[in-house]
Amino acid sequence: MLEIAQQQLLAPAGLELHHLDKVLDHLLSHQVDLADVYFQSSRLEAWTLEDGIVKEGSYNIEQGAGIRAISGEKTGFAYTDELFLPNLIEAADTARAIARSGQRGTVAIESRPARHQLYQPVNPLDSLTREEKISLLHDVEQEARHQDERVRQVIVSLVGAQDIVLVAASDGTMKGDVRPLVRMNVHVIVEQGGRREQSSAGGGGRTRLDYFTEQQRGKQLAREAVRQALVNLEAVDAPAGQMPVVLGPGWPGVLLHEAVGHGLEGDFNRKGTSTFSGRLGEQVASPLCTVVDDGTLEGRRGSLNIDDEGTDTGYNVLIEKGVLKGYMQDKHNASLMGVAPTGNGRRESYAHLPMPRMTNTYMLAGEHDREEIIASVDRGIYAVNFGGGQVDITSGKFVFSASEAYLIENGKVTVPVKGATLIGNGPDVMTKISMVGNDLQLDPGVGVCGKEGQSVPVGVGQPTLKIEQLTVGGTA
Amino acid sequence: MRGFDDKARLAHLQELIDEVLKEAKSQGASAAEVGAHSDIGLSATVRLGEPETVEHTRDNSLGISVYFGQRKGSASTSDLSSTAIRESVRAACDIARYTAEDEFAGLADPALLATEFPDLDLYHPWELSIDEALAISKECEAAALAMDPRISNSEGATLNTEAGVGVYGNSNGFNHGYPISRHSISCSVIAKQKDEMQRDYWYSTARHSDDLEPAVAVGERAARRTLDRLGARKLQTRQAPVIFRAELAAGLLRSFVSAIRGSALYRQATFLLDALDTQVFPEWVHIEENPYLLRGLASAPFDSEGVATRRRDLVTDGILKSYVLGSYSARKLGLQTTGNAGGVRNLSIGMGDMDLQQLMREMGTGLVVTELMGQGVNTITGDYSRGAAGYWVENGEVAFPVEEITVAANLRDMFRNLVAVGNDDNYSGSVRTGSWLIESMMIAGE
Repeated sequence: MLEIAQQQLLAPAGLELHHLDKVLDHLLSHQVDLADVYFQSSRLEAWTLEDGIVKEGSYNIEQGAGIRAISGEKTGFAYTDELFLPNLIEAADTARAIARSGQRGTVAIESRPARHQLYQPVNPLDSLTREEKISLLHDVEQEARHQDERVRQVIVSLVGAQDIVLVAASDGTMKGDVRPLVRMNVHVIVEQGGRREQSSAGGGGRTRLDYFTEQQRGKQLAREAVRQALVNLEAVDAPAGQMPVVLGPGWPGVLLHEAVGHGLEGDFNRKGTSTFSGRLGEQVASPLCTVVDDGTLEGRRGSLNIDDEGTDTGYNVLIEKGVLKGYMQDKHNASLMGVAPTGNGRRESYAHLPMPRMTNTYMLAGEHDREEIIASVDRGIYAVNFGGGQVDITSGKFVFSASEAYLIENGKVTVPVKGATLIGNGPDVMTKISMVGNDLQLDPGVGVCGKEGQSVPVGVGQPTLKIEQLTVGGTA
Repeated sequence: MRGFDDKARLAHLQELIDEVLKEAKSQGASAAEVGAHSDIGLSATVRLGEPETVEHTRDNSLGISVYFGQRKGSASTSDLSSTAIRESVRAACDIARYTAEDEFAGLADPALLATEFPDLDLYHPWELSIDEALAISKECEAAALAMDPRISNSEGATLNTEAGVGVYGNSNGFNHGYPISRHSISCSVIAKQKDEMQRDYWYSTARHSDDLEPAVAVGERAARRTLDRLGARKLQTRQAPVIFRAELAAGLLRSFVSAIRGSALYRQATFLLDALDTQVFPEWVHIEENPYLLRGLASAPFDSEGVATRRRDLVTDGILKSYVLGSYSARKLGLQTTGNAGGVRNLSIGMGDMDLQQLMREMGTGLVVTELMGQGVNTITGDYSRGAAGYWVENGEVAFPVEEITVAANLRDMFRNLVAVGNDDNYSGSVRTGSWLIESMMIAGE
């Protein structure tokens, strides 16, 4: 991977490894504790089918280098989209101004291979021909239209991206990665007797575009989108108030991402701004809960061979049997907190600073069958699909919005209810998890996480869960 | 931040656009359009009195769409080198060979392109050194920290300043641009009381540094908003009237715009389908768009297709008078573009004569929402359900802060049953409104 990154990123600008030493030495002529240079070259291609025709196609180039200098708690940052040595030195000048001058030593970067190879260094853009991409979009659209005559609109999008990165740091790091990412989304609008409803289904991962032709995955997304939209046509107003909530497996794991994930990111905990700050070793969730952040799953959307600081990603236990075990760290926060980085230093692009971010966050399976869990509820909600969520990491309040949910009455799933927002307090809700299913699933590969204006792809997962009490924001 | 030569950047981008248009033509495109911008910025954050982050930003982008008859292809690049630009043009042309004929695709009607380019006073770069920027952030945060001993921690205060140029050109001979600047001060602090921690923030943003709220005022407001949350509790589930504070009412106006946007209309994906010339709000409601507001945050003489923008009424006497359209959606609907490619530009709703206190008295007993969480707005059905925090009001007076509740209703009913709009507009965004008093919503809590 490093060789490919060198060829693609450095060679065209006439840069060699000793030039990177020079840039880092330049940064270290001020009193900085850590400095790094992050090169990135990305290509993304997207296609959209609507009204039965492939209307839009777009191609995006993103290329540049970000240069960072850290001194104590201070960070200086600059970037350039021109990768020539003088531009890099100029950016380094700007970044190092955060620290006083005074030599801090010299750097000898050393290339070491990453520990993992979780995906092939393929270019998804070339993994299908354009004719094949167009025909895939049409096949998926036809599949959706053939499901039901109430289908009015079908919009299918297909995105393939390749991200090549190289990071060199004053701690000797020198690593590269070639990251493929594909995604398909099917959006449908259905109508019955003047009532219209919509739904979306999506999926993907770090692989080739033929992922969607294999095992009919693209068509499966079409069927799923139509199924959900038709369910919504029958939905009645959701109830309002506190009640037991059973969450389905997979994508509802967005609960964990919001309720505990963000609150366990190292930066918030170093600064003491998270509701989980200073609580390592404490019981913060029901003993049924073991939650991990795992960047090492093969081919998953949230997986990375190395994070954006060159640290190998890991399988990090955040909560074990309800006890808080660890935070997610980048290099800067890890060093200030006196712990090791965990491979969670991520950034949206070369033009953004890295910070602690999630990869794939999920809860391990428990013992119960899904049917048992549902049967234990007299009156409550069974929510199986969600839109986005949001959290206030300081107060712990989080929300997530159901897009497919049902009433549970006397232990049985009965009528579908309209989408409603669920709200709770992270630490409180985690202690109210009273049953955990044996059906752990990961999401289909659609997650995008936003933090301080930066978006990165992530994964979530969980088994079926029962929360004894959660506030459901319906109207009935 | 120094050294941004807007005139040279503008001339450079215009030349680049000419070259790109020529290149597209030579590759066989029958029409093409290009948007480009280039800006530089400085962001300086102070946390707990010490400099935390200094970021120098320098962003370029160029986006091209080419048309081969009715087939369209697009590409964009953040790298303005000639290699990357050539790669983009080639990619856009390649894509256009594979997309389908779309009878509605194409450039805007040349007759509608802007021919006048008034100076809207949008460019006031701020010549700040890093130390000066840090000093302003420090002053802002210090004001917040000094407000009350319960302000115990901080996420910092940030001064951000940007200057840039944006240009749009197409193969009908249009190639115009102008410089803009944008500055902001923001502050976010944490208050602690026993085991409870609360966080809130405030910010101010403007084209000219003179129009920013003073740094001290931003810090104090952030602190006050945070302190106001302490002691928050849940509410019993109930139906009650709700006031959305001005900065959140602006979000309701944006939801309204989403529902009358061309793409939602031609997809029949909006609860306001066929609502033109019907009563959407009460009779006293007027909503206007004014792209020509001097120093306005969303002001522009032309939209992202070069079409002249104009001042107009979206809602008169509560009746929807106009949709929000670009050329493509307008053609799909058999209408003419409203010059809204790229969005609406400075929306305002006619404000009443009640301030927030009077609105609260008018409401009597109910909820004032000061924060909304999550994305629970469904444009196709109008269903609205979002997480909320704020305070409970009894007999026109603040009773106690509340949190961990949701507010839910249907937007169609919320708009029709709007009781009053306050005159407490103090928000420096691109949507101007006072607080909204809504007749009734379902509040879910305990």
